[in-house]
Amino acid sequence: MADPHIELTHQPIDYQALTERVRSPQAGAVLLFLGTVREFTSGRQTLRLEYEAYPPMALSKMRELAEQAAQRWPLTEVAIVHRLGLLDLGEISVAIAVSTPHRDQGFEAGRWLIDTLKEVVPVWKQENWSDGTQEWVHPGTSDTATSPPALGP
Amino acid sequence: MKVPGDMKVSVQLFARARDLVGTSPVEVELPQNANVGSLRRALAAQFPALAPLGPHLLVAVGQDYARDQQPLSPDQEIACFPPVSGG
Repeated sequence: MADPHIELTHQPIDYQALTERVRSPQAGAVLLFLGTVREFTSGRQTLRLEYEAYPPMALSKMRELAEQAAQRWPLTEVAIVHRLGLLDLGEISVAIAVSTPHRDQGFEAGRWLIDTLKEVVPVWKQENWSDGTQEWVHPGTSDTATSPPALGP
Repeated sequence: MKVPGDMKVSVQLFARARDLVGTSPVEVELPQNANVGSLRRALAAQFPALAPLGPHLLVAVGQDYARDQQPLSPDQEIACFPPVSGG
């Protein structure tokens, strides 16, 4: 595997360029995963999501994931990009592109990479709900972190 | 009381942990031979606002996750944050 492409960015993710980056004559399969900002979660309406990172550790963990995936599957190329800052509905928050000789390896590696990224890479999202409240998403913590709306009804 | 060997460490906070405390980084006084577990106790004592995150807080030393038994020294990069939610 060539050096993995690992990036945090405040700019929109160019997923076409990222896909081109992993294409290779050695690969028979290219897999692209995009995480995008969803409008409804359990019936609540999202206006925007804001992403924050601990950048040096996030980059180091993303690189570690790419290297671990390359040990488990014969990756030809891999690229992982996470967006930071304020994102509108439908925008891309994360993109993972892998190329492999055969498709099964690509699906498995891509699935493992996004699942593991969500568990270990120090990036956090804050919901900006349509009712004006904001709430950090911290899985496993029970109480909600809702701040009052800026303006009353 | 200041005891020889005590140390002061700087801790970066992120996401809801930073919002609850209101600033980042914060300075924490630790006894000599402190480890990650003693840092957790010191943070909880110095910043009661962190209570809602309590046992869920994660500690990173040198940009990697650290267990409570890991020893600390003042020159290390230390961060404390709630469970991650990227993707």
